[in-house]
Amino acid sequence: METVRKWFQVIVALLSNSSWSFPFTGTIYRGPLKVICAPGLNCYSCPAATTYCPIGSIQQLLGNLRFALENGQYHFGLSVLGILGVLGGMFGRMLCGWACPFGFLQELLHKLPTRKFAIPRILSYGKFMFLLMFVFVLPLVLVDEFGAGSPWFCKFVCPAGTLEAGLPLLLLQPGLRESLGLLFLNKFVILLLCLGWAVFSSRPFCRTICPLGAFYALFSRVRLVRLHLDESKCTNCKACHHVCPMGVKFNEAPDDTECITCLACMNKACKFDAISLEIGGIPLAVTEKRLS
Amino acid sequence: MPETATFRQNRRRIRKAPFAVLTFFLLLWLIGVSTGEPARVLEQAIQVCLSCIGIG
Repeated sequence: METVRKWFQVIVALLSNSSWSFPFTGTIYRGPLKVICAPGLNCYSCPAATTYCPIGSIQQLLGNLRFALENGQYHFGLSVLGILGVLGGMFGRMLCGWACPFGFLQELLHKLPTRKFAIPRILSYGKFMFLLMFVFVLPLVLVDEFGAGSPWFCKFVCPAGTLEAGLPLLLLQPGLRESLGLLFLNKFVILLLCLGWAVFSSRPFCRTICPLGAFYALFSRVRLVRLHLDESKCTNCKACHHVCPMGVKFNEAPDDTECITCLACMNKACKFDAISLEIGGIPLAVTEKRLS
Repeated sequence: MPETATFRQNRRRIRKAPFAVLTFFLLLWLIGVSTGEPARVLEQAIQVCLSCIGIG
Protein backbone atom coordinates (compact mmCIF):
# COMPACT_ATOMS: atom_id res chain seq x y z
CA MET A 1 0.00 0.00 0.00
CA GLU A 2 2.93 2.31 0.70
CA THR A 3 4.10 1.84 -2.89
CA VAL A 4 0.61 2.66 -4.15
CA ARG A 5 0.61 5.83 -2.05
CA LYS A 6 4.03 6.89 -3.37
CA TRP A 7 2.90 6.41 -6.97
CA PHE A 8 -0.30 8.29 -6.25
CA GLN A 9 1.76 11.20 -4.88
CA VAL A 10 3.93 11.20 -8.00
CA ILE A 11 0.90 11.14 -10.31
CA VAL A 12 -0.87 14.00 -8.47
CA ALA A 13 2.33 16.07 -8.47
CA LEU A 14 2.68 15.53 -12.22
CA LEU A 15 -0.99 16.25 -12.93
CA SER A 16 -0.84 19.47 -10.88
CA ASN A 17 2.29 20.49 -12.81
CA SER A 18 1.78 19.09 -16.28
CA SER A 19 2.56 22.07 -18.49
CA TRP A 20 6.12 21.57 -19.69
CA SER A 21 6.28 24.30 -22.32
CA PHE A 22 7.89 26.81 -19.94
CA PRO A 23 11.49 26.29 -21.13
CA PHE A 24 10.31 27.67 -24.49
CA THR A 25 7.78 30.27 -23.33
CA GLY A 26 9.82 31.44 -20.34
CA THR A 27 6.66 31.95 -18.28
CA ILE A 28 3.76 30.17 -16.58
CA TYR A 29 0.87 28.17 -18.04
CA ARG A 30 -2.09 30.47 -18.77
CA GLY A 31 -4.71 27.98 -19.98
CA PRO A 32 -8.25 27.21 -18.80
CA LEU A 33 -7.21 24.23 -16.65
CA LYS A 34 -6.18 26.76 -14.04
CA VAL A 35 -9.78 26.99 -12.95
CA ILE A 36 -9.24 23.61 -11.23
CA CYS A 37 -8.31 23.65 -7.55
CA ALA A 38 -5.10 21.86 -6.52
CA PRO A 39 -5.87 19.49 -3.64
CA GLY A 40 -2.42 20.02 -2.10
CA LEU A 41 -0.10 22.98 -1.63
CA ASN A 42 1.06 23.72 -5.17
CA CYS A 43 1.96 27.28 -6.15
CA TYR A 44 0.04 28.52 -9.20
CA SER A 45 2.95 30.71 -10.21
CA CYS A 46 5.01 27.55 -10.75
CA PRO A 47 5.79 27.58 -14.51
CA ALA A 48 4.44 24.03 -14.90
CA ALA A 49 1.34 24.44 -12.68
CA THR A 50 -1.96 23.61 -14.34
CA THR A 51 -4.15 24.12 -11.26
CA TYR A 52 -4.72 27.02 -8.86
CA CYS A 53 -3.55 27.09 -5.27
CA PRO A 54 -6.59 27.47 -2.95
CA ILE A 55 -4.57 29.21 -0.25
CA GLY A 56 -3.15 31.75 -2.72
CA SER A 57 -6.59 32.33 -4.24
CA ILE A 58 -8.35 33.01 -0.94
CA GLN A 59 -5.70 35.57 0.02
CA GLN A 60 -5.94 37.30 -3.37
CA LEU A 61 -9.74 37.39 -3.27
CA LEU A 62 -9.83 38.77 0.28
CA GLY A 63 -7.05 41.26 -0.44
CA ASN A 64 -9.01 42.64 -3.39
CA LEU A 65 -12.43 42.37 -1.74
CA ARG A 66 -12.86 46.14 -1.40
CA PHE A 67 -12.36 46.70 -5.14
CA ALA A 68 -14.66 43.80 -5.95
CA LEU A 69 -17.45 45.12 -3.73
CA GLU A 70 -17.07 48.62 -5.21
CA ASN A 71 -17.66 47.02 -8.62
CA GLY A 72 -20.65 45.05 -7.38
CA GLN A 73 -18.80 41.73 -7.39
CA TYR A 74 -19.38 39.60 -4.30
CA HIS A 75 -16.11 37.68 -4.41
CA PHE A 76 -15.73 36.54 -0.81
CA GLY A 77 -13.85 33.37 -1.75
CA LEU A 78 -16.94 31.16 -1.34
CA SER A 79 -16.22 29.04 -4.42
CA VAL A 80 -12.69 28.31 -3.17
CA LEU A 81 -13.85 27.67 0.41
CA GLY A 82 -16.66 25.53 -0.97
CA ILE A 83 -14.41 23.29 -3.04
CA LEU A 84 -11.91 23.06 -0.17
CA GLY A 85 -14.75 22.10 2.17
CA VAL A 86 -15.98 19.42 -0.21
CA LEU A 87 -12.45 18.01 -0.49
CA GLY A 88 -11.97 18.28 3.28
CA GLY A 89 -15.36 16.74 4.01
CA MET A 90 -14.53 13.78 1.83
CA PHE A 91 -10.87 13.15 2.60
CA GLY A 92 -9.65 15.59 5.29
CA ARG A 93 -5.91 15.41 5.76
CA MET A 94 -5.72 12.26 3.68
CA LEU A 95 -5.02 14.79 0.91
CA CYS A 96 -1.85 15.83 2.76
CA GLY A 97 -0.67 12.24 2.77
CA TRP A 98 -1.68 11.33 -0.75
CA ALA A 99 -2.00 14.47 -2.90
CA CYS A 100 0.40 17.19 -1.73
CA PRO A 101 3.60 17.67 -3.77
CA PHE A 102 5.33 19.62 -0.98
CA GLY A 103 4.44 16.93 1.57
CA PHE A 104 5.81 14.32 -0.80
CA LEU A 105 9.08 16.24 -1.11
CA GLN A 106 9.41 16.35 2.68
CA GLU A 107 8.83 12.60 2.87
CA LEU A 108 11.63 12.01 0.37
CA LEU A 109 14.00 14.25 2.32
CA HIS A 110 13.15 12.41 5.54
CA LYS A 111 14.44 9.20 3.99
CA LEU A 112 18.00 10.55 4.14
CA PRO A 113 19.84 8.49 6.76
CA THR A 114 20.38 10.80 9.74
CA ARG A 115 19.37 10.93 13.38
CA LYS A 116 15.63 11.73 13.62
CA PHE A 117 13.88 14.06 16.05
CA ALA A 118 10.28 14.33 17.21
CA ILE A 119 8.32 17.58 16.86
CA PRO A 120 6.78 18.95 20.08
CA ARG A 121 3.01 18.71 19.89
CA ILE A 122 2.52 22.34 20.86
CA LEU A 123 4.11 23.47 17.56
CA SER A 124 1.28 21.81 15.63
CA TYR A 125 -1.06 24.61 16.74
CA GLY A 126 1.08 27.09 14.76
CA LYS A 127 -0.53 26.11 11.46
CA PHE A 128 -3.95 27.19 12.73
CA MET A 129 -2.48 30.61 13.54
CA PHE A 130 -1.05 30.84 10.00
CA LEU A 131 -4.43 29.88 8.55
CA LEU A 132 -6.39 32.40 10.58
CA MET A 133 -3.98 35.34 10.53
CA PHE A 134 -1.90 35.04 7.35
CA VAL A 135 -4.64 33.68 5.06
CA PHE A 136 -7.80 35.39 6.33
CA VAL A 137 -7.26 38.27 8.78
CA LEU A 138 -4.14 40.10 7.55
CA PRO A 139 -4.99 40.12 3.80
CA LEU A 140 -8.44 41.43 4.68
CA VAL A 141 -7.54 43.96 7.36
CA LEU A 142 -4.10 45.38 6.55
CA VAL A 143 -4.55 47.30 3.32
CA ASP A 144 -2.45 49.89 1.50
CA GLU A 145 -3.50 53.44 0.64
CA PHE A 146 -5.49 52.12 -2.33
CA GLY A 147 -7.40 49.60 -0.19
CA ALA A 148 -5.58 46.49 -1.44
CA GLY A 149 -4.41 43.77 0.92
CA SER A 150 -1.39 41.52 0.46
CA PRO A 151 -1.33 37.74 0.26
CA TRP A 152 0.59 37.51 3.52
CA PHE A 153 1.24 33.80 3.58
CA CYS A 154 2.44 33.67 -0.05
CA LYS A 155 4.47 36.83 0.26
CA PHE A 156 6.24 36.29 3.56
CA VAL A 157 6.15 32.56 4.35
CA CYS A 158 5.23 29.98 1.72
CA PRO A 159 8.33 27.85 0.99
CA ALA A 160 6.42 25.90 -1.69
CA GLY A 161 6.04 29.14 -3.64
CA THR A 162 9.74 29.93 -3.34
CA LEU A 163 10.71 26.46 -4.51
CA GLU A 164 8.13 25.95 -7.24
CA ALA A 165 7.74 29.51 -8.53
CA GLY A 166 10.37 31.95 -7.20
CA LEU A 167 13.49 29.94 -8.05
CA PRO A 168 12.31 28.61 -11.46
CA LEU A 169 11.16 32.08 -12.57
CA LEU A 170 14.53 33.54 -11.57
CA LEU A 171 16.19 30.94 -13.80
CA LEU A 172 13.77 31.52 -16.69
CA GLN A 173 13.81 35.31 -16.49
CA PRO A 174 17.32 36.50 -15.48
CA GLY A 175 16.12 40.13 -15.51
CA LEU A 176 14.13 39.44 -12.34
CA ARG A 177 17.33 38.91 -10.33
CA GLU A 178 17.85 42.67 -10.18
CA SER A 179 14.70 43.07 -8.10
CA LEU A 180 15.73 40.58 -5.41
CA GLY A 181 15.80 41.94 -1.88
CA LEU A 182 15.13 41.19 1.75
CA LEU A 183 11.73 39.74 0.93
CA PHE A 184 13.27 37.01 -1.18
CA LEU A 185 16.07 36.42 1.34
CA ASN A 186 13.46 35.93 4.07
CA LYS A 187 11.53 33.43 1.97
CA PHE A 188 14.66 31.62 0.83
CA VAL A 189 15.81 31.18 4.44
CA ILE A 190 12.36 29.80 5.37
CA LEU A 191 12.60 27.36 2.46
CA LEU A 192 16.05 26.17 3.53
CA LEU A 193 14.91 25.79 7.15
CA CYS A 194 11.84 23.78 6.13
CA LEU A 195 13.77 21.49 3.81
CA GLY A 196 16.61 21.07 6.30
CA TRP A 197 14.19 20.35 9.14
CA ALA A 198 12.42 17.75 6.97
CA VAL A 199 15.63 15.71 6.87
CA PHE A 200 15.63 15.40 10.66
CA SER A 201 11.89 15.44 11.46
CA SER A 202 8.93 14.00 9.60
CA ARG A 203 6.89 16.54 7.58
CA PRO A 204 7.71 19.58 9.77
CA PHE A 205 6.09 22.13 7.45
CA CYS A 206 2.84 20.13 7.26
CA ARG A 207 2.71 19.77 11.03
CA THR A 208 3.61 23.28 12.13
CA ILE A 209 3.02 25.84 9.35
CA CYS A 210 0.81 24.63 6.50
CA PRO A 211 -2.52 26.54 6.46
CA LEU A 212 -4.01 24.09 3.96
CA GLY A 213 -3.25 21.21 6.33
CA ALA A 214 -4.82 23.26 9.12
CA PHE A 215 -7.99 23.74 7.07
CA TYR A 216 -8.27 20.05 6.25
CA ALA A 217 -7.56 19.23 9.92
CA LEU A 218 -10.84 20.94 10.84
CA PHE A 219 -12.63 17.99 9.21
CA SER A 220 -10.88 15.25 11.19
CA ARG A 221 -14.06 14.23 13.03
CA VAL A 222 -16.54 14.62 10.20
CA ARG A 223 -14.73 13.47 7.08
CA LEU A 224 -16.20 10.74 4.93
CA VAL A 225 -13.03 8.66 4.58
CA ARG A 226 -11.15 7.99 7.79
CA LEU A 227 -9.45 5.35 9.87
CA HIS A 228 -11.57 3.54 12.45
CA LEU A 229 -10.36 1.97 15.68
CA ASP A 230 -12.11 -1.19 16.88
CA GLU A 231 -11.57 -0.82 20.62
CA SER A 232 -12.63 -4.39 21.29
CA LYS A 233 -9.67 -5.63 19.23
CA CYS A 234 -7.09 -3.04 20.38
CA THR A 235 -4.63 -4.48 22.91
CA ASN A 236 -3.03 -1.09 23.65
CA CYS A 237 0.32 -2.45 22.44
CA LYS A 238 1.19 1.05 21.07
CA ALA A 239 2.72 -0.38 17.89
CA CYS A 240 0.75 2.26 15.93
CA HIS A 241 2.58 5.03 17.82
CA HIS A 242 5.95 3.99 16.44
CA VAL A 243 5.10 3.95 12.72
CA CYS A 244 3.09 7.17 12.45
CA PRO A 245 4.95 9.84 10.44
CA MET A 246 2.81 12.56 12.05
CA GLY A 247 3.37 11.55 15.67
CA VAL A 248 -0.25 10.44 16.16
CA LYS A 249 -1.03 8.02 18.99
CA PHE A 250 -3.81 6.40 17.03
CA ASN A 251 -5.26 4.13 19.69
CA GLU A 252 -5.56 7.10 22.05
CA ALA A 253 -6.92 9.61 19.51
CA PRO A 254 -8.33 7.99 16.33
CA ASP A 255 -9.67 11.35 15.07
CA ASP A 256 -6.43 13.24 15.69
CA THR A 257 -6.16 16.38 13.54
CA GLU A 258 -2.65 15.31 12.49
CA CYS A 259 -3.69 11.97 10.91
CA ILE A 260 -2.95 12.01 7.16
CA THR A 261 -4.40 8.52 6.62
CA CYS A 262 -1.18 7.17 5.16
CA LEU A 263 -2.37 3.76 6.42
CA ALA A 264 1.02 2.93 8.02
CA CYS A 265 -0.62 2.09 11.37
CA MET A 266 -3.18 -0.18 9.71
CA ASN A 267 -0.82 -1.99 7.37
CA LYS A 268 2.58 -1.90 9.06
CA ALA A 269 1.82 -1.90 12.78
CA CYS A 270 -1.46 -3.36 13.97
CA LYS A 271 -1.37 -7.14 14.21
CA PHE A 272 -4.85 -7.41 15.65
CA ASP A 273 -6.93 -5.90 12.82
CA ALA A 274 -8.08 -3.18 15.21
CA ILE A 275 -7.63 -0.44 12.58
CA SER A 276 -9.66 -0.27 9.40
CA LEU A 277 -10.46 2.28 6.72
CA GLU A 278 -14.08 3.37 6.67
CA ILE A 279 -16.21 5.42 4.29
CA GLY A 280 -19.10 7.24 5.93
CA GLY A 281 -19.06 4.76 8.82
CA ILE A 282 -18.92 1.58 6.71
CA PRO A 283 -15.59 -0.22 7.19
CA LEU A 284 -13.60 -1.26 4.15
CA ALA A 285 -11.96 -4.42 5.42
CA VAL A 286 -8.97 -4.46 3.08
CA THR A 287 -5.72 -4.43 5.00
CA GLU A 288 -2.62 -5.80 3.33
CA LYS A 289 -2.55 -8.64 5.86
CA ARG A 290 -6.04 -9.72 4.87
CA LEU A 291 -5.20 -9.50 1.19
CA SER A 292 -2.15 -11.73 1.61
CA MET B 1 -36.50 -8.35 -1.17
CA PRO B 2 -35.71 -9.07 2.53
CA GLU B 3 -33.01 -6.95 4.17
CA THR B 4 -29.88 -8.92 5.04
CA ALA B 5 -28.23 -8.62 8.46
CA THR B 6 -25.18 -6.92 6.90
CA PHE B 7 -27.40 -4.37 5.13
CA ARG B 8 -29.19 -3.50 8.38
CA GLN B 9 -25.88 -3.30 10.27
CA ASN B 10 -24.37 -1.01 7.62
CA ARG B 11 -27.43 1.24 7.61
CA ARG B 12 -27.07 1.70 11.37
CA ARG B 13 -23.38 2.52 11.02
CA ILE B 14 -23.65 5.21 8.34
CA ARG B 15 -22.48 8.53 9.73
CA LYS B 16 -24.61 11.49 8.72
CA ALA B 17 -22.27 14.34 9.69
CA PRO B 18 -19.96 14.02 6.63
CA PHE B 19 -22.93 14.28 4.30
CA ALA B 20 -24.23 17.39 6.09
CA VAL B 21 -20.75 18.97 5.82
CA LEU B 22 -20.47 18.07 2.14
CA THR B 23 -23.91 19.52 1.40
CA PHE B 24 -23.06 22.76 3.21
CA PHE B 25 -19.79 23.29 1.33
CA LEU B 26 -21.33 22.26 -1.97
CA LEU B 27 -23.92 25.01 -1.46
CA LEU B 28 -21.14 27.44 -0.58
CA TRP B 29 -19.34 26.51 -3.80
CA LEU B 30 -22.51 26.97 -5.83
CA ILE B 31 -23.07 30.43 -4.33
CA GLY B 32 -19.47 31.35 -5.18
CA VAL B 33 -19.86 30.04 -8.73
CA SER B 34 -23.11 31.98 -9.17
CA THR B 35 -21.26 35.22 -8.39
CA GLY B 36 -18.77 34.55 -11.18
CA GLU B 37 -15.89 33.93 -8.82
CA PRO B 38 -14.17 31.13 -10.80
CA ALA B 39 -13.51 33.60 -13.64
CA ARG B 40 -11.79 35.93 -11.16
CA VAL B 41 -9.79 33.01 -9.70
CA LEU B 42 -8.66 32.04 -13.20
CA GLU B 43 -7.72 35.64 -13.93
CA GLN B 44 -5.47 35.65 -10.85
CA ALA B 45 -4.04 32.20 -11.51
CA ILE B 46 -2.79 33.03 -15.00
CA GLN B 47 -0.89 36.12 -13.83
CA VAL B 48 2.48 36.02 -12.11
CA CYS B 49 2.33 38.10 -8.95
CA LEU B 50 6.04 38.62 -8.33
CA SER B 51 5.72 40.15 -4.87
CA CYS B 52 3.54 37.16 -3.91
CA ILE B 53 6.46 34.81 -4.49
CA GLY B 54 9.03 36.99 -2.78
CA ILE B 55 10.42 38.81 -5.83
CA GLY B 56 10.14 42.55 -6.15
